[in-house]
Amino acid sequence: MDRARRARVLDLGCGDGALLAYLWKERDAHGYGVEIDDAKVTACVKNDVNVLQMNLESGLSLFGDGSFDCVILSQTLQAVRHTEDILREMLRVGREAIVSFPNFGHWSARLQVAFGGRMPVSRSLPYEWYDTPNVHLCTISDFENLARRIGLRIRERVVLHEGATVGVLPNLRGSLAVYRMSAG
Amino acid sequence: MLVPHALNASHHVAGTYAGQPDNLGWWDNMVGPGKPLDTRRFFVIGVNNLGGCHGSSGPITTNPATGKPWGGDFPVVTVEDWVAAQARLADRLGIERFAAVMGGSLGAMQALQWTLSFPERVRHALVIAATPTLTAQNIAFNEVARQAIVTDPDFHDGHYYERGVLPRRGLRLARMIGHITYLSDDAMMEKFGRVLRRGRPGYDFDIDFEVESYLRYQGDKFAGYFDANTYLRITKALDYFDPAADFGGDLSAALARARANFLVISFTSDWRFAPSRSREIVRALLDNRRVVSYLELDAPHGHDAFLMEDARYMAAVRAYFENIAP
Repeated sequence: MDRARRARVLDLGCGDGALLAYLWKERDAHGYGVEIDDAKVTACVKNDVNVLQMNLESGLSLFGDGSFDCVILSQTLQAVRHTEDILREMLRVGREAIVSFPNFGHWSARLQVAFGGRMPVSRSLPYEWYDTPNVHLCTISDFENLARRIGLRIRERVVLHEGATVGVLPNLRGSLAVYRMSAG
Repeated sequence: MLVPHALNASHHVAGTYAGQPDNLGWWDNMVGPGKPLDTRRFFVIGVNNLGGCHGSSGPITTNPATGKPWGGDFPVVTVEDWVAAQARLADRLGIERFAAVMGGSLGAMQALQWTLSFPERVRHALVIAATPTLTAQNIAFNEVARQAIVTDPDFHDGHYYERGVLPRRGLRLARMIGHITYLSDDAMMEKFGRVLRRGRPGYDFDIDFEVESYLRYQGDKFAGYFDANTYLRITKALDYFDPAADFGGDLSAALARARANFLVISFTSDWRFAPSRSREIVRALLDNRRVVSYLELDAPHGHDAFLMEDARYMAAVRAYFENIAP
């Protein structure tokens, strides 16, 4: 693909930059990552990935409107304080957004609350309630309600459990939800 | 690799000269064998800026037209002039393109200017503790420093060498003012607190607080080796630096020429060239879709952090250079 047509990707909460490195190598996609953690930022530099050290919560003011084809927020939404703002910002700077989060509506979480009477702990939600970085856990239904309310269009949804897609009763059987969205 | 220097430094970037084991280069923690900028893999060139007082032509050197030192007649030089002079040095050395130009503070301005004056001659620019322009407050501090020098009775419009005097008091004050802006409030408090030199207030004008002693010491030391005319010119170069000036203040338009890859680093406690100023540079580079990484390190030392030992800072610079020349 020629340089002008390369996809431009922004990965929010990019960790060590593995996804961006993969997209660059395999898909020739040009990208930037945003990360706050010092060690992860250094890991990105080591992996030769463009990284910008900043706090997502203070917005994406470094990026101009529509400057990316795709903005990714992978399993970070639940740890973001200003959920609506970040979703809006993602679709200001990008044509499309890909958001994934652990589904709090999965049956095991429901059972742990309903019968165990305890906050759920699982593979996709590994934290105890008192030391979790997650401040805004939600279910698939919750997220779709929010998307509808703030006028985001869901283009595609994939619900997964242990790596396999879940077709039937996704909000009950899926542990990870992935959305591709656009503005309006 | 080119390492231009900041305000009071010189070509002596790293290491020591024979017989002077205590005289370390100004960026010795960053540059040297096995250091983040590893001289076993990179040929590092330190330059002395035109108008300086450590070897290159400057106010101390002789004006061939008069046979006397240039003194106050030495022209005011700009960051662009320095970069142009460095490019001529590179021509002479047969260097077509630098692997990288790295600088902190005023050195970072030169690194940035390199990517604009000679876009094809720089592969990577490391722009550390930088700003795209000085703020009015920055210029104000510089002006106070300059006024301290030019109002010194020994200044004589810059022609003090021929009179056998030096405007030491002015230069000393200028340095004391500068030093305040290089450190953060927290770093100063941490370093000096309110500790009294004599254990109790003297109710006089000798040194009471440790910080006074420090500033006087730094001022005296500086006035003993630096040239006042050079100091005036360097602060002017800082004030004038404004790559966006020819583009209606549009930094993105100004940086459209750049072709280098960038590593931009700022430090949270730097109030002289605050992180928000580095972010302006990053934003302009992003607008131009440049390859850029940006580190905003939470460091306590203020502007001087770029010269300090910090494991995260060192690790990031080391990782960056390892990708330039694996």
